[in-house]
Amino acid sequence: MILDLDVFIETERSFWDELQVMLKRQVKQPDRRLSMDEVRRFQYLYQRASADLVKINTFAGDVEIKAYLESLVARSYSQLHEQGDRHTRLSPLVWLWVTFPQTFRRHWRAFALSFGTFLVGSGFGAGMLASDYEIKSDLIPGQFGHLSGKPSERVSMEENQKFDYFEERQTFSATLMANNIKVSYMAMVMGFSYGVFTVIMMFYNGVLIGAIAFDYVADGQGVFLLAWLLPHGSIELPAIFIGGQAGLVLGRAMFGWGTNLRLRQRLRLIRADLITLIVGASLMMVWAGLIESFLSQYHGAALYPGKIIFGAIELAALILFLSLAGRKRAKGNL
Amino acid sequence: MALGKTSELKILTPEGVEFSLPLAGPLTRCVAWAFDLVVIVALFQLISQVLMILSLVSRDMSTALMVALQFVTLVGYGIFFEWFWRGQTLGKRIMSLQVIDERGLTLKLNQIILRNLFRVLDSLPMFYMVGGLACLFSARAQRLGDLAAGTLVIRRLVVAEPEIDELLEGNENSFQDYPRLQARLRQRVSPQEVRLAVDAVLRRNELSLEARLRVFEQLADFFRAKVEFPDEVTHGLSDEQYVRNVVATLFNRKMSK
Repeated sequence: MILDLDVFIETERSFWDELQVMLKRQVKQPDRRLSMDEVRRFQYLYQRASADLVKINTFAGDVEIKAYLESLVARSYSQLHEQGDRHTRLSPLVWLWVTFPQTFRRHWRAFALSFGTFLVGSGFGAGMLASDYEIKSDLIPGQFGHLSGKPSERVSMEENQKFDYFEERQTFSATLMANNIKVSYMAMVMGFSYGVFTVIMMFYNGVLIGAIAFDYVADGQGVFLLAWLLPHGSIELPAIFIGGQAGLVLGRAMFGWGTNLRLRQRLRLIRADLITLIVGASLMMVWAGLIESFLSQYHGAALYPGKIIFGAIELAALILFLSLAGRKRAKGNL
Repeated sequence: MALGKTSELKILTPEGVEFSLPLAGPLTRCVAWAFDLVVIVALFQLISQVLMILSLVSRDMSTALMVALQFVTLVGYGIFFEWFWRGQTLGKRIMSLQVIDERGLTLKLNQIILRNLFRVLDSLPMFYMVGGLACLFSARAQRLGDLAAGTLVIRRLVVAEPEIDELLEGNENSFQDYPRLQARLRQRVSPQEVRLAVDAVLRRNELSLEARLRVFEQLADFFRAKVEFPDEVTHGLSDEQYVRNVVATLFNRKMSK
């Protein structure tokens, strides 16, 4: 303790008070832009408080002054070292047409693995049902009760219903959106288990769809199945795969293959991509929810060709969008 | 507790200055979350009351909007407030907590979104058990969402300037006639030892008479061993007065009336 604390505090207090006032103002008005002079002054005061903290640590033992200065320096530090995106204008169109498809393509291997796992699951589900039809009730959970009976009976019932028997389409649509978006979130966050649970989720979804598809095709209801699933499924299933893709990107970052970066650094690198993928998947789920409620549930032989064509066009458009959108910009950035 | 668990985040700035931020524990965070839950439930109520009017026109549309808005509220509450209040929700504000970047920087939007989306995992199987356990066992009290997003929750303490003068009011510092010895004392005492002496003086009235005598006796002996003041100064000086002189010396207070 070789610092004259009285003199030190007396000299520095006015600077600390000034910094305190600037910090309080910034907290009260977070979006207020400082002028260049204010920024310079703020930086000067921050550096001065930092130097004072070093002096206190080195030459004096006052714990309370140290805590006070630490609090001041910590708050100033976080204000001064902003990471930049608070004042960046979000451009939804650029994000949709450039950022999202570019991010999707950057991680295409993770998408391929997600989709591939689903396909393997589908094959497994179909194979299981082909080998032993009795296990259908075990494969298809209770919540899909309308799928437990014979497909041709359900088709006949659906086709003979009055056109507007289903009176709560809007609620159904909102519920579908919320549930499906939750499923894609889950597929992503499960990537934290080094991707294991994401793979299991994709596989399980595949088993379910594979078993249902086999059941309908084996019963001669392939056209109904396509007309029922394709309009919304052509968007909903890829959205689930993209959720899985995000989960596998996260899983890979957890493993850290091919890099000597630490886990924190690896996660920092993929964070923006995860958000882009999951927000993209959520938007796709909103569209799929609308289509599933307002188009997919209308059945009738006359409607099937139109519904299948609509679903096929959607799928083609999605493939084109994800493979081509934002390519020019990507080249330009190189 | 996990090995190496810490209660504060130490940050070394590019200027070479080190400072620490106190980390929030699972219990404080849980209370903050309970406050947030109350707000979310209140928002749900508000939404349903407003949509009651719409249900007179279309019950289906009213229910659909209710489902959609409840979902948006559940997911968006944390994201909205943590973004606009720089790492604080209403509950965190009440509990003086704040989410920060693990390097002490301000949060990026993608960090806020990611830590909030991870709530679907952290809240499993119920009452945030996964997140609570992760928080309890992780070195820096992080739930899984914090680990993925690179965030921490700290206790936001605005420390007031200390009032040493008040503490030493009425104290006559007889050591002041020996500035060289005072300087030596300041040099030999560590910050933790200063803290100990200040705390003892601050809390002296909370102690029983016996404990008070014993504590100040031990402290006085401790500081006597650091620097020996002449008998003419220490003669007849109680242990407590001795320690108060030490504190006055360490803070370089000349004399109080």
